[in-house]
Amino acid sequence: MEYLIHLAIVISIYSILGLSLNLIVGYTGLLSMTQAAFYGIGAYATAIAMTSYGMNFFLAVVIGILLSALSALAIGYVLSRFDGDYFTLGSFGFNVIITAILVNWRGFTGGATGIPAIARPSLFGFTFSGNLSFLVLVLVSAVIIYFICQFIVRSSFGRVLKAIREDEKAIQVFGYNTKYYKLAIFAIGAMMASVAGAFYASYLSYISPAQFDINESAFILSIVVFGGLANNKGAIWGAAFLILLPEALQFVGFPSGIAEQLRQVVYGLALVFLMLYRPQGLVGEYKI
Amino acid sequence: MSTIKIKNLYKHFDGIKAVDHLNLSFESGKITGLIGPNGSGKSTLINLLTGVVPFDSGVVIISETTKLLRVKPYDMASFDITRTFQDVRLFEQMPVIDNILVVLTKRGIVGSLFEQHKKYHLEKAKEVLERVGLWEKRNELAADLSYGQRKLLEIARALAMNADIYFFDEPFAGLFPEIIKVVSSILKELRDKGKTVVLVEHNMELIRELSDYCIVMDSGELLAEGKPNDVLSQKAVIEAYLGE
Repeated sequence: MEYLIHLAIVISIYSILGLSLNLIVGYTGLLSMTQAAFYGIGAYATAIAMTSYGMNFFLAVVIGILLSALSALAIGYVLSRFDGDYFTLGSFGFNVIITAILVNWRGFTGGATGIPAIARPSLFGFTFSGNLSFLVLVLVSAVIIYFICQFIVRSSFGRVLKAIREDEKAIQVFGYNTKYYKLAIFAIGAMMASVAGAFYASYLSYISPAQFDINESAFILSIVVFGGLANNKGAIWGAAFLILLPEALQFVGFPSGIAEQLRQVVYGLALVFLMLYRPQGLVGEYKI
Repeated sequence: MSTIKIKNLYKHFDGIKAVDHLNLSFESGKITGLIGPNGSGKSTLINLLTGVVPFDSGVVIISETTKLLRVKPYDMASFDITRTFQDVRLFEQMPVIDNILVVLTKRGIVGSLFEQHKKYHLEKAKEVLERVGLWEKRNELAADLSYGQRKLLEIARALAMNADIYFFDEPFAGLFPEIIKVVSSILKELRDKGKTVVLVEHNMELIRELSDYCIVMDSGELLAEGKPNDVLSQKAVIEAYLGE
């Protein structure tokens, strides 16, 4: 049971990350590779606020959200000068920069060894120390974020985001200064990723820079693409699929000597075949 | 109603003069035909006037009062200017109705975030889609429409803007005769409402039929202007445009 609860917590956290990036990639068409940086900013802000300043988890989350939003606005402002592949490369670069800051600002971040002993959240005297109660908290947050995403994409603002994805120059002619829309959704996505980071830090009680590097951004992007771009449910399906598939492969009776390697091969092949035969992802509404 | 004038407008691409110090005026309540051979600068001129491409120098004057040394595409809607594109530019993976609603709803991030389309937005969308015969297709993706329907949707999107100045960049290209009739009637209707209509077109019959005034461009320069029949009979125009 503990194992299932653990999986549900991880899926919930990655669902939040998938939802956050889907707003940026799936709905707005900005192929960002820096989501793990905002995830990391949220995790570190929470960890530092709780361990160094003794703050409550929920206050630390708010600080993380604000920091992520400010970082996203600064990074987004620079990236707004780039289009297409250059945007993606630039976002890739920012993830590398943020990871480098986390590694090298040792006095504040603990450097490569990271930050241990991060406490679980507590509210009105109740501590979410058990995994089940923690799952409830993460799940409620994921559901709230899902509905916020639904609200955004169903609004007139969401329709403009989709138009930017389809033809940014054309929608500008109809009176939209798209730069501000892109900045806004970049910041909103970063704030959501920051919440996921806070939960991650508190759940594992330990974080290090390697957990928020470019590979993690690639994994979050995979969640969005496999689940299906421009579909909020897709982000959740994608998270569940990519986390459960390797777990499920553990129960397949591969020969013991090469079991781990075979699992990796089957996992990779499954992803390749999915993309070949369903390029829009599991429930996607948009193809890159 | 608004007029649009340009003074000394200049644009070059890699040393080639695309628009060469042009002085023009587009009057309200008229359809102005803008013609010229391929590469003469017609579409570039529209792109300059709608901010899609920045111009190097010159002035754009809207309604005699607003002088613009720089034109930003997102500012043009506030000057009641709208357009269609030579190569149809729709929001392909969005439903037909959303292609219209997106130009009807609020500008501004906070306002649009807390707004879903309202009844009057839907009514306006229905009005323009019915005008071009696409209301029945409202839930289909724009990408799934035929070429002619895509052209019509782009025109409907421009109509939804309820602008004063319309630039139509080859709206008849590749259309069947019955759709040409629909588009022609829309243009005439706009003129009769006192709007400023600029029509880039290669079909001389349509230019003669629809235009009140005609401007001929060649190599980025003004070659001739005046009444369509007068202009189209000028030797220089025939030589440059018709290659005769």
